[in-house]
Amino acid sequence: MHELGVVFHIMNSLEKTAAENEVTVISKVVLELGEVSTVIESYLQNCWKWAAKKRELFSQAELVVETLPAITYCETCKETYPTVKYGKICPHCNSPDTWLLQGNEFMIKEIEVY
Amino acid sequence: MKEFRILEIRQSVYADNDRQADALRQELRQKGVFLLNLMSSPGAGKTTVLMRTIEALRDRFQIGVMEADIDSDVDARTIAGSGAKVIQLHTGGMCHLDAGMTREGLEGLQTDGIDLAILENVGNLVCPAEFDTGASKNAMILSVPEGDDKPLKYPLMFSVCDVVLINKIDVMPYFDFDLDKCREYIHRRNPNAVILPVCAKTGEGIKEWTDWLAEEAQQWRG
Repeated sequence: MHELGVVFHIMNSLEKTAAENEVTVISKVVLELGEVSTVIESYLQNCWKWAAKKRELFSQAELVVETLPAITYCETCKETYPTVKYGKICPHCNSPDTWLLQGNEFMIKEIEVY
Repeated sequence: MKEFRILEIRQSVYADNDRQADALRQELRQKGVFLLNLMSSPGAGKTTVLMRTIEALRDRFQIGVMEADIDSDVDARTIAGSGAKVIQLHTGGMCHLDAGMTREGLEGLQTDGIDLAILENVGNLVCPAEFDTGASKNAMILSVPEGDDKPLKYPLMFSVCDVVLINKIDVMPYFDFDLDKCREYIHRRNPNAVILPVCAKTGEGIKEWTDWLAEEAQQWRG
């Protein structure tokens, strides 16, 4: 359900971009998706296929998702580590004083248009 | 075959919604309408808390309520019994409200004369946190049976909230719910969150909550 909502958001936003740039066909949409962004790529793809059929501008648009790995930074030891494997606690020094450096992104990177 | 070209967008998927939300928030401030976005998982007690809130504040504020659900008008019927102005919004299968839908809801509610509008968001701890509705303040309800570890499992929800109500504290003795631990988990994600234990059924803590809300609404309206 969530993925369908964000697909509508992407399409609404790109419809504006297309109108501003006099684009009539979008052939590819490239997204950057952080590993811990709470969006599941396979659901996103399924929702995209369903929604794209209903909108002229996207009827030929392929969705490409580039995954960004999640990386956490530790304030205590100043090291970084993979978030998904170790979570909130730093594996180098056991500190909980950590924050997500990268991995929460959900960006429209670029589109290929005619 | 026609030549294709690449348009660089480099924009967050949520950026467009964030802009719409900021615009709505500004308009509401000018109109003197305070909008509370109330979130929780299904069954945490949003509607019961709302009934208590309306009871406590209806003499001081003109209250309007938007009930957002995927389907049904069960909650709107309940709220209508309180005497507050209410409108039911159907999200058509969507799991959250965004700024555009909130704006449509407010238009449907007709905010003329209303100074405290409350949006009861779809029961869900994930998606509503990601979409700014344009609300003046965000509140969420965590009920005791859900467990004290929810701030760890749904960090974003707890980090976007100005106030967290811990509801159903009357059943605390029957659950392994550690209030101190829960406070710590919430503050780890959001050091500024106000945490208020309440019981909508018995009325315990409702005064503290409605005092907070009235104060925020008055400040907002200037």
